[in-house]
Amino acid sequence: MHELAIAESIVQIAGRHANGRRVAKVQLKVGHLRQVVPSALAFSFELVAQGTPVEGAELEMEEVPATGSCRGCGAESRLKAFPLQCGTCGGFDLQVLEGEELFVESLEMEEV
Amino acid sequence: MHRTAVKQVIMEGVLDANDALAQANRAQFDAAGTYVVNLMSSPGAGKTALLERTLERIHGKLRLGVLEGDVQTTLDADRLSRFHVPLVQVNTDPGFGGECHLDANMVRSGISELPLNDVDVLVIENVGNLVCPAEFKVGEDTRVMVYSITEGEEKPLKYPLMFRSADLVLVNKVDLLEHLDFDLEQFLGYLDAVNPGVERILASARTGQGVDEWCSWLEKRGAPS
Repeated sequence: MHELAIAESIVQIAGRHANGRRVAKVQLKVGHLRQVVPSALAFSFELVAQGTPVEGAELEMEEVPATGSCRGCGAESRLKAFPLQCGTCGGFDLQVLEGEELFVESLEMEEV
Repeated sequence: MHRTAVKQVIMEGVLDANDALAQANRAQFDAAGTYVVNLMSSPGAGKTALLERTLERIHGKLRLGVLEGDVQTTLDADRLSRFHVPLVQVNTDPGFGGECHLDANMVRSGISELPLNDVDVLVIENVGNLVCPAEFKVGEDTRVMVYSITEGEEKPLKYPLMFRSADLVLVNKVDLLEHLDFDLEQFLGYLDAVNPGVERILASARTGQGVDEWCSWLEKRGAPS
């Protein structure tokens, strides 16, 4: 389950930027193609955050839809599931433009 | 007590720290002239058996080294120790109850025990798992996946992250084709659907089919220039 390792990284990143402050919210962007299971990540995050400045913080996940551009016909389309297929010509040779993101966008911290 | 919430935009990749360490590993491999293969598969697909056949054939042509990753036990390393090649075992157990993949830092801990200058190709045998290893770069030049036909045709569609990240797929256990209801054409179609045109070798660690082709593939990439 890669969600646990991903949660560990998120907590480390948030803890480093928090610099002693309490973290109230972590906003995460997750590409559709990353195969992250939101409930598993939320559970892991809660577990890993215990005893750190991130404990109790809300993890807000925003999914980035997958899009790709077709190397055959040049059209751009939204990619919903595998196989990744051009919505215009049906081709399979696509360059993925979005949907592979996995980053912490912002943190909300409490200043005392 | 008055509390003010402050929002800070940081835009930091979740796996940046691992990627940076992977780059450091890669720099060390490059400096030693070692080509690195990250070998991945589900549990029981035949990674270790294929490595045994590979080590039997490649002796004298290529200096192979192996970094074995497992959650627990040294069983795989024990199987390979008879070949007397540079071999190091990394157990992922000290992680959070045993990590299900190797990350760049675990590989880093194993590198220091390998005589990289005497290794043309280092094969990193990752933990058997079709999801997590695909997320974590370890400093490899290439990713090779072992898939066995007993796993069913639909696996590329179910685990696209892994199948998309492979540069070569070794389709193992093809000696069982006549005994199974496995549809090879359908599997290859699914494979092309997630990773169009990816290189593939039909192989059997049991009969040795495809092992020469796989060894040539390795030799082409790892031969000292």
